[in-house]
Amino acid sequence: MKLLRALLLLGLFSLALAPVSAQVQAEKPAIVLTPQQEQRFEALLPNLRCLVCQNESLADSQAPLALDLRYEIRSMIAKGASDFQVKKYLTDRYGEFILYRPAVNLRTYLLWFGPLLLLAIGLIALYRFTRRAQAVAAPAVDEAALRKLLDDQAR
Amino acid sequence: MRYAIPVIVLLGLLALFAVGLGHDPRELPSPLIGKSAPAFELAVLGGEGATRVRTQDLQGRPVLVNFFASWCAGCQEEHAYLMQLAADEHAPLVGIDYKDAPADGSAWLAKHGNPYQQVLLDLDGNTGIDWGVYGVPETFVLDAHGTIIYKHIGPMTVEAWNRDIKPRLQAAS
Repeated sequence: MKLLRALLLLGLFSLALAPVSAQVQAEKPAIVLTPQQEQRFEALLPNLRCLVCQNESLADSQAPLALDLRYEIRSMIAKGASDFQVKKYLTDRYGEFILYRPAVNLRTYLLWFGPLLLLAIGLIALYRFTRRAQAVAAPAVDEAALRKLLDDQAR
Repeated sequence: MRYAIPVIVLLGLLALFAVGLGHDPRELPSPLIGKSAPAFELAVLGGEGATRVRTQDLQGRPVLVNFFASWCAGCQEEHAYLMQLAADEHAPLVGIDYKDAPADGSAWLAKHGNPYQQVLLDLDGNTGIDWGVYGVPETFVLDAHGTIIYKHIGPMTVEAWNRDIKPRLQAAS
């Protein structure tokens, strides 16, 4: 056990001594926003995608790029930029992918309305299928013959 | 005949999945393709005092702008190949050292070799943001007018070079 512990310690030490260069994260002055601006900032972030870890929003991500972008967005809002201007700034650089709700335009029609289209196709298929099944399952009933049969039985 | 429609639907779906799943979701199309390279004014690594290089200074010939950093594992992966490209193909490489301490960048290049004609410093990462960089290494192909004609995401490979970069570079020069 002692040997194991010594080896572990040695391993940790060698890790600590390994020359590792790290990403530089400059200390920047905090940006103070008015309560309304702060609210807009908070509302905007969950709708923006972190491009490093794509399933996280800019609100949640701790990736250095997300920190940089949050800072940039804060400073834009502090300078009076509108939500639209912030989004344009981001999409100009990273494309529409950064928006979780991309704008409705020619390129995104299929994305927005594709599910509706699929639903419509499914409904039409279902309608036609059930109609055909009904036609097969319910043959015309000869009422006179049926009455006669029942009458015969009752007698 | 009864099965014609379901089979066609199935084949269509399979084709859709094949295309969709073949995409690497980490490789995003850059909105900057076909546009002028975003403006920057950056210090030169190991440069004298106040020398600054601007985007316009890259014009006049096609150039490859490679964002890298000493802390980036993918950059180490591609580095040997970049060295080879610089030596064999005279690839016009300009490096932008992204969010890296200049001393770390210099030490890294001294250790692994320097394939760049020029190395610029993007200390705060703002140039990276303007260029839409979201993960180093990324390599931009610029024509002689400073227009971005292609962007390669991730480490440079022989396949990517021969298929995507070299033909464009030749067409641009």
